[in-house]
Amino acid sequence: MKLARIVCTLVVSLALAACGGGERQQTSTAASSSRSNKPLTIKGSDTMVILGQRLAEEYMKTHQGEVVQVNGGGSGTGIAALLNRTADLAQSSRPMKDDEKTKAKSQYGADVVEHPVALDALAVFVHSANPVQSLTIAQVKDIFQGKVTNWTQVGGPNAPIILYGRESSSGTYDYFREHVLSKEDFAPRVQTLQGTAAVINAVGSDRNGIGYGGIAYAKDVRPVAIAVEGAQPVAPSEAAVADGSYPLSRKLFFYFPANAPQRVTKFAQWAVTPEAQALVTKVGYFPLATR
Amino acid sequence: MRKAVNRMMTAVFSLAGWTAIIFIFLIFLFTFKETAGVLNAHTLRAFFLVDPPVWQPTSDVPKLSLLPIILGTLKATVVSLLFACPIGVSAALFSSEFAPPRLREVIKPLIELLAGIPSVVMGFFALMVLATWLQDAFGFTYRLNAVNAGVALGFALVPIVYTISEDGLAAVPRAHREASYALGATKFQTAWKVVLPAAAPAVFASFVLAFGRAIGETMILLMAGGNAAITSLSLLDPLRTLSATIAAEMGEVVVGSEHYAALFFMGTLLFVITFISNSGGQWVIKRMQRRLQGTAR
Repeated sequence: MKLARIVCTLVVSLALAACGGGERQQTSTAASSSRSNKPLTIKGSDTMVILGQRLAEEYMKTHQGEVVQVNGGGSGTGIAALLNRTADLAQSSRPMKDDEKTKAKSQYGADVVEHPVALDALAVFVHSANPVQSLTIAQVKDIFQGKVTNWTQVGGPNAPIILYGRESSSGTYDYFREHVLSKEDFAPRVQTLQGTAAVINAVGSDRNGIGYGGIAYAKDVRPVAIAVEGAQPVAPSEAAVADGSYPLSRKLFFYFPANAPQRVTKFAQWAVTPEAQALVTKVGYFPLATR
Repeated sequence: MRKAVNRMMTAVFSLAGWTAIIFIFLIFLFTFKETAGVLNAHTLRAFFLVDPPVWQPTSDVPKLSLLPIILGTLKATVVSLLFACPIGVSAALFSSEFAPPRLREVIKPLIELLAGIPSVVMGFFALMVLATWLQDAFGFTYRLNAVNAGVALGFALVPIVYTISEDGLAAVPRAHREASYALGATKFQTAWKVVLPAAAPAVFASFVLAFGRAIGETMILLMAGGNAAITSLSLLDPLRTLSATIAAEMGEVVVGSEHYAALFFMGTLLFVITFISNSGGQWVIKRMQRRLQGTAR
């Protein structure tokens, strides 16, 4: 009995390993469509799950008979799924690494297409009652490396700083580590949560909390303005992302092999049409065309 | 004809039985094989002797100390058992010794229903509601900490402790109770000093089962524990457990890397811990039963 439980745990984790994903099934499956097309399977970034789902819903509405399924799990998970052919298209909030591109080439016999679909501002969030309005990149780095542990050190109240972050399979984690921590390590005290929504929720209910994530998720928390050394702090807004003055903005990508079937390329091309880019804005990201 | 059917059904059932055993054996074999392939003095040193003991598997210089994670697992387990065992046994004593029969028929299925709550729901509850309550009540610095995770896990353990203890208490012969009453003992004295000791093997068995469940439980701890691998004995710090680490990181690990080895080693460790606790538990239960029967005669 108890053994069976342990076995179950392991079976699940092994199964996850096998299918390359700690994915949470956040699917938007079309009700059995008239034509039984092979569904287009999209997997990847948790940051992009909402975006992917909205795009898929709209796409299925306007394109009769197409079925698109969107899963999360993290950018790395999505790319791994693309590499072992369990997904047709990977959503990623970080650029693919060179060794991943090489693997994709040997797996599919074609180069992988990097297809930006939206711009995102990576925001640093605090509780809405927190008086701290802006932080420099260096301060954020010190905070997440555990060198600054009290809000007084960055102009806030006398309270410990509680850190929330993402697990290591997340593209957001990678981006943050690379661009804010200059590839150094996070403090062990960072509580790693499953998905940006969980981080936002945690910061929203923790007065002393600080977390990071895609701006689209900001709800009941306040994104702080971010300053590069010696410059004015800039709040994450569409204008600031568009003109590049907000320091933590990034592209969100679709990845698929160049020789992918038409149903894949068709969807990817549709995703950058004005009609689809309007959805991008609606979900809370920034459309590509502005940059 | 009847004989043939008989033989066929026996074959079908034994096949089903063997399939389960073979599956368990294969999983055992797979895990141990994956672990053995990478386990050597070098990786063992990386798992246990690295200084400072931190778990940063995807860093540029990966640090794979298992100490904070093992510590986290133990903290969650201890808190959950401290929470669940007294509650489970008290509830069992109440419903088998004190509650009127009609009430008992309500309590028992209700508590057992608790076992049917999916652990992801329990985890969600702990993450969203329990953590806030506990923080408001006790002023914890960290919302998600060992106490929160342990209590949430404890909720999942209460039905295990309760059900098995209750069955054990109910199985104590009426003669024991009546003899005790005849000597002038009160209801409480009888329950506490006669019935409970007589059911000790069952109560102990329930603790062992609860321990096995606590060690292996994943979802509640993944959601409610905060998942920070800190080497700290404080129950007010967030924690990260073996099972939660496997669940969170197995998805993206590079097959064959040291990180992969570490995750499989964790799985094996969970296997070994439950195996030891179960067989140790069995041994103690047998001894207790023998001793109890000895004194009864």
